[in-house]
Amino acid sequence: MHELGVTENIVNIALAKAGEAQASKVIQINLVIGEMSGFVPDCIQFYFDPLSKDTIAQGAVLHFELVPAQLRCRNCSTIFHPQDTLWACPKCRGQSVEISKGRELYIESMEVE
Amino acid sequence: MKKIEVIQNVLEANETIAKRNQQLLDRHRVFAINIMSAPGAGKTSLILQTLTRLKGRLNMAVIEGDVASTVDAEKVQSEAKAVVQINTRNMPESCSLMAAMIESALKDMPLDNIDLLLIENVGNLICPSEFTLGEHKRMVISSLPEGDDKPIKYPLIFIDADAVIINKMDLLPHVDFDIAAFHRSVEGLNPKAEVFQLSCKTSEGIERWCSWVLEQVKTNAIKR
Repeated sequence: MHELGVTENIVNIALAKAGEAQASKVIQINLVIGEMSGFVPDCIQFYFDPLSKDTIAQGAVLHFELVPAQLRCRNCSTIFHPQDTLWACPKCRGQSVEISKGRELYIESMEVE
Repeated sequence: MKKIEVIQNVLEANETIAKRNQQLLDRHRVFAINIMSAPGAGKTSLILQTLTRLKGRLNMAVIEGDVASTVDAEKVQSEAKAVVQINTRNMPESCSLMAAMIESALKDMPLDNIDLLLIENVGNLICPSEFTLGEHKRMVISSLPEGDDKPIKYPLIFIDADAVIINKMDLLPHVDFDIAAFHRSVEGLNPKAEVFQLSCKTSEGIERWCSWVLEQVKTNAIKR
């Protein structure tokens, strides 16, 4: 739903970094995306193709490394993956939790030639 | 073929503009609140109540974000110092305001004559949670007919909120909304959030909300 602007950013960053590296082609872009981030890899791929057309990133493979959500219980500090919608701590059943991992969206690296 | 390290946040472009917006607002001593909710929860109604109550004490401006139409801008026109309507229909993101949209809206605002800027985001509980605009406080409104499970279903927007409002309290006798359960969910996700129960229809609770806003504007002005 809101991946168009984000994908524009991905293309812009990729082209800038490829330019700095004096590359003539972007082969692969390695992205890290958190499970809790509101962005959908398929949608990013969908927008990437038209946005990268006629640039040196055209045809580049988008590789997504998915980071599972990780919550931390504020009561007993247990780190856990949410199993249900209530996000209850599996140890103390506390519902006061914070997200410690899973909201990221960044370009980790690129393969260029 | 060679591999190059990048490590760059994809949302950085938006965050950079958001920071610039906040610096501009700070220079002109404008305090900004990003108001988010599902469609129909009462963003415009609360803005109208706030404008009416705080008129004479604060100079206020509004940025209205909608996919289409100027309906909301027309509603608040007579009460605000300045109103800018943003239509997101033809923008890269139609489902949320983004920092760049605010940057251009600020160009049309008499910033020196404004103390409080109320930014009404596009009605949506998902997309606005990903984008900061340069606001000083983020606020979410939930209304009783939506049900008490919204913090569980859309946690991100509640996690980042400084204030959470339960609106349409006048409908409590008519709907199955467990107020205590809602409070528990918000408290669990975000213990620092200030929670307000109010009704824009009957004005119940509006006074406390307006005092909080006034306090925030003053505290922020002192800090700067």
